[in-house]
Amino acid sequence: MDTLTCLQQYWWLIIAVLGAALVFLLFVQGGQSMLLCRSLTSTDRKLIINVLGKKWELGFTTLVVFGGAFFASFPLFYSTSFGGAYWLWMLILFSFILQAVSYEFRSKPGNIFGTRTYDVFLFINGCVGCTLLGEAVAMMFFGGEFTVTKTNILDGAAPVISQWAPTHGLEAIICWKNLLMGVMVLMLARTLGALYLIMAVSHDESFHRKMRRNLVVNAAIFVVLFLVFAAVLLTADGVQVAPDGSMQWVANKYLHNLLDMPVVACIFLLGVVGVLWGIAAPLITKGYRHGFWWSGAGTALVVISLFCVAGFNATAYYPSLTDVQSSLTITNSSSSIFTLKVMSWVSVLVPFVLAYIAYVWYKMSGKPESPANVDQVY
Amino acid sequence: MNDLISTVDWSRAQFALTAMYHWLFVPLTLGLAVIVAVMETIYYRTRSERWLAITKFWMTLFGVNFAIGVATGIILEFEFGSNWSNYSWFVGDIFGAPLAIEGILAFFMEATFVAVMFFGWKKVSAGFHLTATWLTAIGATLSALWILVANAWMQYPVGMEFDPAQMRNVMDDFWAVAFSPVAVHKFIHTVFSGWILAGIFVLGVSAWFLYKKRNPELAIRSIKVGGWVGAIGMLITLWSGDNSAVDVARVQPMKLAAMEGLYDGKCGQELVGIAMLNPDKQPGDDLDPYLFDISIPKGLSLLATHSLNGFVPGINDLIDGIELTESGDTIHTVSYAERIAMGRQAHEALRTYDAAMAAGDTAAMSAAAADLKANYQYFGYGYLSSPEDAVPPIGLTFYAFRLMVCIGGLLVLVIAVMLFSAYRRQGWLDKKWLLWVAMLSIPLVYVCSQAGWVTAEVGRQPWIIQDLMPVQAAISAIPTATVILTFCLFALIFTGFLAAEIGIMLRQISKGSKMDYESLKD
Repeated sequence: MDTLTCLQQYWWLIIAVLGAALVFLLFVQGGQSMLLCRSLTSTDRKLIINVLGKKWELGFTTLVVFGGAFFASFPLFYSTSFGGAYWLWMLILFSFILQAVSYEFRSKPGNIFGTRTYDVFLFINGCVGCTLLGEAVAMMFFGGEFTVTKTNILDGAAPVISQWAPTHGLEAIICWKNLLMGVMVLMLARTLGALYLIMAVSHDESFHRKMRRNLVVNAAIFVVLFLVFAAVLLTADGVQVAPDGSMQWVANKYLHNLLDMPVVACIFLLGVVGVLWGIAAPLITKGYRHGFWWSGAGTALVVISLFCVAGFNATAYYPSLTDVQSSLTITNSSSSIFTLKVMSWVSVLVPFVLAYIAYVWYKMSGKPESPANVDQVY
Repeated sequence: MNDLISTVDWSRAQFALTAMYHWLFVPLTLGLAVIVAVMETIYYRTRSERWLAITKFWMTLFGVNFAIGVATGIILEFEFGSNWSNYSWFVGDIFGAPLAIEGILAFFMEATFVAVMFFGWKKVSAGFHLTATWLTAIGATLSALWILVANAWMQYPVGMEFDPAQMRNVMDDFWAVAFSPVAVHKFIHTVFSGWILAGIFVLGVSAWFLYKKRNPELAIRSIKVGGWVGAIGMLITLWSGDNSAVDVARVQPMKLAAMEGLYDGKCGQELVGIAMLNPDKQPGDDLDPYLFDISIPKGLSLLATHSLNGFVPGINDLIDGIELTESGDTIHTVSYAERIAMGRQAHEALRTYDAAMAAGDTAAMSAAAADLKANYQYFGYGYLSSPEDAVPPIGLTFYAFRLMVCIGGLLVLVIAVMLFSAYRRQGWLDKKWLLWVAMLSIPLVYVCSQAGWVTAEVGRQPWIIQDLMPVQAAISAIPTATVILTFCLFALIFTGFLAAEIGIMLRQISKGSKMDYESLKD
């Protein structure tokens, strides 16, 4: 394997890890999506806001880094997907703007719109952000309606190289396969959110009872959707890349990828077991509150394995439904070897970054939040 | 084609809207983070409850401002892909790297430690908290560094070469990108202008405390810290502004000509101080460019070339490709008509290369690559119809530059007088006119800061990458109506949140002025 190929695969793995971190951190959005539940009291809402409000920046920052890393390592994806599926990405951005200000503004006097409005904003970010991010990732399996013609750059009248369907991402939002994955990610986020709140809030049996009920309902829906998604994915067509770079649709591509990459299959299965154990443990064992870490780690493993299935084993990770030869692979969409090398040196610092994030998380966790010490931070 | 042009205009409007809103919040974050860190350092050393109260007061305002800055920042990053997709491919290999490094190395630092800064008072030691506050300030500054490296590269594209096989530019020298003189000067100029803005913000708010005769000691202590940060920022901004002017003269002479409304340059060129542009003036005609002007003899030559008799080209000189030596001899450089021809030749060579590559004709590929390389420096001119297309909007660039300089000069006085008053003549701080000047300086410093960016960004039009790609070649294929709709949505959301932020700030300032400060131990 030559150096460029190694670097492309290395950077795809980094994208996978960032994607995994992002989905893991969607527990914040999952928790937000429960804010408007009628069964919650105002104290419950304060608890949820205080607990999640200390973590929202991590998810937000991960989204920024995910975008930046994709831009630096696979710029053709960045230009094709963002410029093409315009509405999908714009709606994601709108929902994240709402999140960024809502925590800080919601309880401050003079905020014009009132606390309830900001809670609705957080709810919207929770539901819309998760669903649309899930749909954006689903397009890596189920494709988009685009073409890439690099010579267009010399056409003075219409110099755009990546062209998309006239609906610009709306068609992707209503595609049932994408929607399936989007809603599944929402339910996963709500499940993780419930698990996190069970872990982070203590001394309140009533709150725990409500969160356990949320956990059961959301996890049940998630498991059903996950099974349907797995069936759809493993029987779906995918784009195979020939050694000469030409591409064609082949049946059951993702199933073959899992079978051809047993390590990835094992990571996938381990992840699934982790998610399920994290859900089951607090329900089976009364008083057990750390299922979040099992489910969170499991989620990360599943997401990493899905990115591997999408991008490795001579697969186009962004299939074009309009012109299969325009499909994006980690080879034809990547940055140059020089840039990938530079970025790889930078990535050496990532463990250091993760270490200080983990340290700060540990230092800031302290004792769990409880109604007794719920000072309204937000 | 009309829809394309309209999409370009609206995409530019959307990016400008986002950038200008973003720049309302970021400079305050950059400067206030340092001010708060200095205040907390004083508290850490003295353990004075009063300094703790001062620190927390300004930290609250920092927090309100921080969140909305983050929100607008993410939009800018993603708009490069969503609205400027061609650009993202054409130079993504170079431009993406600083953005990714910003996220990995700076933004995570800022976002992680800002949580400690706000919520860690009772959870971590005082030393750890102080460290977190400084790391937040450093993270914000590093974040600005990489964004400004990316912006500077658009104005002065270096450290790269064109790869005809992939029809894009690729990086070949990271250090040239990261430490180009334009990047270094832009970083220093921009970050320290944030210190000025935050310093003025602190002076203005403190002046209001004094005006209302509430917690005067808190106000005077704040003036001392904010004033020093603002003064240091001002000195460094003035120095880096001079360097930036030299950079602009060297790498973007058309921008400098637009900033000065200069059509016909000469050796020993005067600097226009105050003037009104002649709205009928066009490149190549004989009209006087100014309806009136007050100029400083040889000033522009001195600023731009550091020589009293240096030649500064005007718009007509650049279009015609004419330079003068200090002895008055004429030198012919590459005129804009020739640049357009060379740009078109570069396009043709690229077409030939592509066809030869498809046919597997390596000899033809080599010949086309050599032709392309010889003409590539003017690749972007191949998209222009006439030399006048390469002239930026003169009026906006000219007046924005003057606004920045004039307000900047006024702010030097405000900072100096307020600092002097706080240390030597506290009686002056009872004078209502001085307090009003300080308070009114807050909106002025924002206008000054925005005007600086307008000068920098409007002045470089029509280029998204200097000489290599004009804005009309950089966009995404999105219907104009779609961009108009998202523009309106962004305008609505940002304006709503700006109003909310101002509302919260005013209430927090009022609350701070009424806190029981005097009862705290010093």
